[in-house]
Amino acid sequence: MVLVLALGDLHIPHRAPDLPAKFKSMLVPGKIQHIICTGNLCIKEVHDYLKTICPDLHITRGEYDEETRYPETKTLTIGQFKLGICHGHQVIPWGDLDSLAMLQRQLDVDILVTGHTHQFTAYKHEAGVVINPGSATGAYSSITYDVNPSFVLMDIDGLRVVVYVYELIDGEVKVDKIDFKKTTASANSAH
Amino acid sequence: MHHNGVEDEEKWLAAGITGLQQNAFFMHRALDSNNLKDALKYSAQMLSELRTSRLSPQKYYELYMRAFDELRKLEIFFKEETKRGCSIVELYELVQHAGNILPRLYLLCTVGSVYIKSKEAPAKDILKDLVEMCRGIQHPLRGLFLRSYLSQVSRDKLPDLGSEYEGDAETVSDAVEFVLQNFTEMNKLWVRMQHQGPAREKEKREKERSELRDLVGKNLHVLSQIEGVDLDMYRETVLTRVLEQVVNCKDEIAQCYLMDCIIQVFPDEYHLQTLETLLGAFPQLQPSVDIKTVLSRLMDRLSNYAASSAEVLPEFFQVEAFVKLSNAIGKVIEAQDDMPVIGVVTLYSSLLTFTLQVHPDRLDFVDQILGACVTKLSGKGKLEDSKSRKQVVALLSAPLQKYNDIDIALKLSNYPHVMEYLDNGTKKEMASVIIQSIMKNKTLISNSEKVEALFELIKGLIKDLEGNLQSELDEEDFHEEQNSVARLIQMLHNDDPEEMLKIICTVKKHILAGGPKRLPFTVPPLIFNALKLIRRLQNRDENVAEEDTPATPKKIFQILNQIIEALSSVPVPEVAMRLYLQCAEAADDSDLEPVAYEFFTQAYLLYEEEISDSKAQVTAIHLIIGTLQRMHVFGVENRDTLTHKATGYSAKLLKKPDQCRAVYACSHLFWVDDQDSIKDGERVLLCLKRALRIANAAQQMANATRGSGGSVTLFIEILNKYLYFFEKGVTQITVASVQSLIELITNEMQGENATPDPTADAFFASTLRFIQFQKDKGGAVGEKYEAIKV
Repeated sequence: MVLVLALGDLHIPHRAPDLPAKFKSMLVPGKIQHIICTGNLCIKEVHDYLKTICPDLHITRGEYDEETRYPETKTLTIGQFKLGICHGHQVIPWGDLDSLAMLQRQLDVDILVTGHTHQFTAYKHEAGVVINPGSATGAYSSITYDVNPSFVLMDIDGLRVVVYVYELIDGEVKVDKIDFKKTTASANSAH
Repeated sequence: MHHNGVEDEEKWLAAGITGLQQNAFFMHRALDSNNLKDALKYSAQMLSELRTSRLSPQKYYELYMRAFDELRKLEIFFKEETKRGCSIVELYELVQHAGNILPRLYLLCTVGSVYIKSKEAPAKDILKDLVEMCRGIQHPLRGLFLRSYLSQVSRDKLPDLGSEYEGDAETVSDAVEFVLQNFTEMNKLWVRMQHQGPAREKEKREKERSELRDLVGKNLHVLSQIEGVDLDMYRETVLTRVLEQVVNCKDEIAQCYLMDCIIQVFPDEYHLQTLETLLGAFPQLQPSVDIKTVLSRLMDRLSNYAASSAEVLPEFFQVEAFVKLSNAIGKVIEAQDDMPVIGVVTLYSSLLTFTLQVHPDRLDFVDQILGACVTKLSGKGKLEDSKSRKQVVALLSAPLQKYNDIDIALKLSNYPHVMEYLDNGTKKEMASVIIQSIMKNKTLISNSEKVEALFELIKGLIKDLEGNLQSELDEEDFHEEQNSVARLIQMLHNDDPEEMLKIICTVKKHILAGGPKRLPFTVPPLIFNALKLIRRLQNRDENVAEEDTPATPKKIFQILNQIIEALSSVPVPEVAMRLYLQCAEAADDSDLEPVAYEFFTQAYLLYEEEISDSKAQVTAIHLIIGTLQRMHVFGVENRDTLTHKATGYSAKLLKKPDQCRAVYACSHLFWVDDQDSIKDGERVLLCLKRALRIANAAQQMANATRGSGGSVTLFIEILNKYLYFFEKGVTQITVASVQSLIELITNEMQGENATPDPTADAFFASTLRFIQFQKDKGGAVGEKYEAIKV
C-alpha cells in the first residue's frame, strides 16, 4: 500500500492566504510516500511546506509559479502504475477530457493528473484514468464557479488504486472514493 | 585598619578560627564537668574572636557560624543547669559580668532564650530587654550579626497568636514591636556602613553592604510569618513603621532593597488593600532609587495575582487599583525628569500588562496608557537604542496577543502615534507582527476605515519611508515580507459589495504608492480579490438597478484596468498579460463585450511588444488561445480579429515544434462544442493542414541539419487532433485524411532514415489502441471508426 497525495492550484498568496486549517491538520508528515503537484503553488514557502509533509515531491509548472524551472510534464512509476503530471493550461480546450486523453496517450501513462480548472474530476476510460485534484485552497478560477477546496489521496496497491477525494464543503471535510483496476501488470495496457 | 589583601584576610580568619576552636575545646571540657564558671570564662574568650574588625562580611560570617554552633551547646548546658537548681535569673545576671560587651551580649541572648522558655518572666519583657541592650554595639558589621543572632534565637519564642508564649498581658503586638525595633536598629547600622571609611572605597563598601542585606530583610520575612499579623495590623502598624524607616533612612541602597522586599514578602491582597500607602512612599524616596524596576515588579506581581483566579478581580475594582497605579507612575515620571526612555516604556509596559489582565474590557484604560507613553516620548524624536525599541514592540504586541483581534488594536487611537516613534526598521518589524497576528487568528478586516487604519500602521511594508534606503533588506526577506502583505490582502472582505469596493479602492491607493519593487507582489492579490467581488455581483445583477450603485462590474473593471496598467512601470509584462486575460474572462461572464475586447487588446499588445523570450511566448500563446477559445461574448468581427491575430502569433513562434503545436491548438478556436455559431469545419481543417506543413518542414530541417529523420511525434499529435474532430463530426475531416495520416506515420517510422524513438512508438501504439477501443464500442461511435484501418 503506497499513499500518493495529489494536489495543486493553491495560488498562495495571489488568490488564497493559506491551506484550510482542516486540511493542514490532516496532512501529517511521514504518512505519505509521494506527493504529486499539478502546479501554481505559487511561492517557495509552499514548496518547502510540501517537502516537510513528504520529501518525494513531483511538481509541474503552472503559469503563475514563481519557480520557472519546474518541468512542463513529468512521468513516474509507482508500483504497477505509470503516472503522468501536467498542469493543464497547455492542453486546449482547458478541461476537455478528450484532449487530456490525448496527452495521456502521448505520455503513455495509466493515470494522468492535471489541474488548472480547480474542479475535481476523476474520469475513467479504456486506457486509464484522468484525475484533477481541484484547488487545495479553493482559489478563484475563471473556469469554475464556487470552488471548494479539495485534494486527492491515492492508495496504490498492486493492480488496484483507490482514489480518495477530500472536499471542504461549508466547513466540513467530506470524503468520497473511486476504485480503479488494471487488468494486467504490463506497463502498456490498462483494461 | 586597612585590609591589605585577600591573603591577609585568609590569615586572620584562620587565626580567628583557631582561637575560637581552642577556647571551644576548653569550654567543652568545662561543660562536661559542669563547671559553670569555666564555661562562662572560655565561652567569653571564644566569643571575643567576633570582636575583630579585620574581616569582610563573607569571612566574618564563617566565624560567626562556628560561634553559633558552639553557642547551641552552651544553651543546652544552661538549660540543664537550671534543672540542676541554678536560677535562671541569677544566670542572666551572671553572664553580664563578662569583660567585653560583645561576648557579654551574645551570652545574654543565649541565656535569654532559655529564660523565655522557662516562662519565669513574660517573653515580651525579656525580648524588650535584649533588643535594647544590643544597642551597646554600634559597629555596623558586629551589630548586624549580633542582632541577627538575637532574631534567630527568638524566632520560635515570639508571643504570637496561638503560641505558648501568648498570654493576657502579652500579645502579637508585642511580638511585632520587638521585631520592628530590631529591624529598625539593624537598618540604621546597615545604612551607617555607607559612610564609614574613605570615599575611594565606596564601591567596595557598597558591595559589602549588598552581601549583608538579607540580614536586614530577614526581619520583614519574620513579620510576614507572624500568624497574628492580619490585614488591619499590617495596615496600621507594620507597613506604616516599616515605610517610615525606609523613607527616613534616606539611603538609596536600603530603600531600593527594602521596597522590593516588602513587595515580595507580604501577600498580594495586603498590597492591594494598602496600595495608596505603598505607592505614596515612592515619591518620597531618594531620586537615585530605581523606582521603575520596583514599581514594575509590583505591577507584575499584581498582574499574576489577578491571573490566578477570577474571584480576586472584584478586589481590584474596589480599590481602584488602576487609577492609583496610573497616578503613581505619572508622579514618578514627572518627578524624575531625566528618566531614560526605556524606563518610561518599561513602566507603561508593566501597567499595560496589568490592565490587560485586570480590565481587559476597558479599552479606554489601554488607550490612556498608550497616550501617556506618547506624551512622554514626544519631543524626543525617534528611539535610538535597541532595548527601548524592543520594549516598545513588546508594548504594542501585548494588546494584539491579548485580544487576538486586530479590530481592537485599530480602535486604540494612540496606537499609531506610539508607532511613529519607532525607526523605520522597527516599524517594519512591528508591521510584520501585526500581519502575523491577523493571519494566525484568521480575522477578516471588514470595512474601508479599518483597512485604511491598518495600512497606515503597516506602511513600512507598503512603501518606502523617508530616509529609508531600499537596499537594507536582502532579497529573500523582501519577498517574504511582500508575500505576507499579499496574504493580508486576501483577508479583506465584506459581503456588502459597496463596502467591498471601498476596501478595494483603499488598498489600491496604498499599494500604487509602493513603487516598482512591490507592485508585482501586491497587484495580483488585489485583482483576484476584486474578481471575486465581480462574480458575486453577477449573481445578484438581475435585481439591482445599475445607476444607483457605484459597485457595478463595469466600474470595477475600469479600476482593475488602472491597477494593471501600473505594472507597466515595473515592468512585468507576463504577469500583466495574465491579469488582463483573467479580466477578459470575467468581462465575458458579465456580458461586457467592449470591456472584454479592450482587455484582449491590452494582452495582445503586451505579447507583441514586451514578451520576447521564446519559452514565455509559448506559455503566453497557450493562455491566449485557451482564454479566447472560451469566450462567448464576442460578435463575429471581434472574434475574427482576435482569432486571426492569435493564429498569426502561433505561426511565428521561433521553434518549429512550438509553431506546430500552437497552430493545431488554434483549430479549437473554430469549433466550440456549446456554441453552434462557432463550428467552422473548413477553418479547422485549414489549421490542421497548416500544422502538418509545419511538421513536414520540421522533418526536413532535421534531415538537413542532423542527417537523420526528426521525431514523428508531431505527426502523431496531429493525427490525434484529426481523430478528435473526426469524432465530433466535422465533415471536412474525412476517413481518407485520417487514413493517409496513419500511413504517413507508419512509413516514417519504418523508413531507412528513421531513428528509433520508443516514446513516439508508444504514443502511436496507444493511439491505434484508442481507435480500436472506439471501434469496439459499437453503436454510432463504432460505426464511425469502422472505416479506419489500423
